[in-house]
Amino acid sequence: MKEFAYHRPSQIREALTMVVGNEGAQYLGGGTNLVDLMKDGVEMPTRLVDVRHLPLDGVRAAPGGGLVIGATTTNSDAAAHPEVRRRYPALSQAVLAGASGQLRNMATVGGNLLQRTRCAYYADPSQPCNKRSPGSGCSAITGEHHNHAVLGWSDHCVATHPSDMAVALAAFDAVVRYETLDGTHEIPLSEFYLPVGATPQHETVLPSGALITAVSLPKSAVSPRSQYRKVRERASYAFANVSIAAALDVHEGTVRSARIALGGVASCPWRARVAESVLQDGAATADKFRAAADAELSAAKPLRDNGYKVTLARNLIEAVLTELAARTK
Amino acid sequence: MTDDIRSEILLHVNGRTHRLSVDNRRTLLDALREGMGHTGPKKGCDRGQCGACTVLLDGRRVVSCLTLAVAADGAEVTTVEGLADDGELRPLQQAFIQLDGFQCGYCTPGQLCSAIGMLAEHAAGWPSAVTADISPDGPAPELDAGEVRERMSGNLCRCGAYPSIVRAVLETASREEVTR
Repeated sequence: MKEFAYHRPSQIREALTMVVGNEGAQYLGGGTNLVDLMKDGVEMPTRLVDVRHLPLDGVRAAPGGGLVIGATTTNSDAAAHPEVRRRYPALSQAVLAGASGQLRNMATVGGNLLQRTRCAYYADPSQPCNKRSPGSGCSAITGEHHNHAVLGWSDHCVATHPSDMAVALAAFDAVVRYETLDGTHEIPLSEFYLPVGATPQHETVLPSGALITAVSLPKSAVSPRSQYRKVRERASYAFANVSIAAALDVHEGTVRSARIALGGVASCPWRARVAESVLQDGAATADKFRAAADAELSAAKPLRDNGYKVTLARNLIEAVLTELAARTK
Repeated sequence: MTDDIRSEILLHVNGRTHRLSVDNRRTLLDALREGMGHTGPKKGCDRGQCGACTVLLDGRRVVSCLTLAVAADGAEVTTVEGLADDGELRPLQQAFIQLDGFQCGYCTPGQLCSAIGMLAEHAAGWPSAVTADISPDGPAPELDAGEVRERMSGNLCRCGAYPSIVRAVLETASREEVTR
C-alpha cells in the first residue's frame, strides 16, 4: 500500500477544501471497499479525508413527507430504522441482503453508492481493464463473465454495479444530495450513474471533490408495499446474480402504480421503466407481469456465459409482482 | 495543513488505554496483534471476507482488517481477550466449549466477538435478511437456527463447525432471555 496522509475534519467545508483540487485525495467512509482496493493496489490515494466525524449521520423526516438519510449513516442503522422499515421496506431488505453484519456496521450510505464493481479483472492490476486503466481493454467480454451485465453494457466494459441498496433507492426515486465549494446540489439517482459508453472509468456525474451528504426518499403511496429479492450463488454473504426491488399498488384488479428496479444486470441499478409502462393501468395478472418483464428484457444482450440472467430476471419480476399483488388485493 | 504519513493515536483496548504512533497504513488488526500483543483477533483473509479478525468497536462488531488504526483513534476496542469477566468465561464462551463450537479454533475469536455483537443487535430489535416480517410494529424477530446462520454469515469456519456454533449461540441466547 502506498503511504498516505489522514485527516479527520469536523465540518463539511473543511473536508471539501482538503479534497477539491488535490488529485490524490479521497474521502474515507467505512473503508470496506476503499481499504480493500488500496491493499490490492487498485486505489492509491495520497490523502484520506475521513468523513465519519462530519455531522452527516442519521435518518430524519423530510419536510415534504419523505425521509432523508445522512451520508455517513451506517448500512446497519439505515436498515434497522423504524421509518425505513415501515415506509420503504424494500430498502431495508436490500441493505440487509448485502455484505455481512460486520461490514454493514462499518459501511456508510454515501459510500455504498460509490462502491466499485467486483469484476475480478478490475481488482487485479495485472489484467487489462478499461475501468481501472482506460484504453487497456476489457478482459471480461471474452473472459470470465458469468456474473456480468446483460443490459446497457458497451464494448469497453461489461461490469455490474454491486450495490443492493442502490437498487431499492432507484425504485423509490431517491435523490442524491451533494456538496461542492459552490454550495448544495441535488440529482435524482436515475441520473447519478453515467452510461458506460467509451469511458467506463467515469461512473457518476459527481464533480471532482464533491461530497455526498445525504440521500432523500420522496413521499410515496406505493413504497410501503414493496419487496426486495436477491438471487445469489449461496444463501448469504454474496453479490447478486440478479436482484429486484419492486413496489406495486393494485386497486380492484388493476395496477395503479408499479415501480421496478433490477440489480446485478447492468453498470448501474436498472430502473425497469418499460415494464412499468406496460403494467400501468393494466390487469394485475401473472400473464401481464410476464409480458411486462419480456418487454423490458427485449433490450437484453447476454454475453457468452450469462444468458441465464435474462431468464432469472424475467422470473423474478413475475414472481415478486405476483406476491405483491396477492398482498395488496 | 501538514500531510504526515504517521499519526499519534489513542486506543482503549479491553479497558486499557494505549498511546501509539502508527503508520497511517496500519490496520487496526495489525496494530492490535503486532503493536499491542493482542493476538486473539486472527488474520484470515485480510480482505474482510472471513470474519476471523472481528472485534467490537465502540460496542459494534466490525472487521479489524479493513479498519485503519488511525480511523479508530479514540475508540473503545474489545477483542476476544476482553470478553471474559475477571477471568470468568462468558456464557457464550462456555457454550462454545461445552457444545464443541470449534475444531481448530482459528476462527473462534472472531466467531465469539461476532456473536456477542450479533446478540446485542438482535436484542435491539434489528431484523435480518431472513426475517419474514421486518415491520417495526410487529413482534421482534425470534432467534432460530436460520436467523443465527444468516446473522453470523460473515464468519467463516474452514473446519465446518457451523452446526455446533449455531447451537452454542442459540443456547446462550435462550439463557440470556431467561435471565433478562
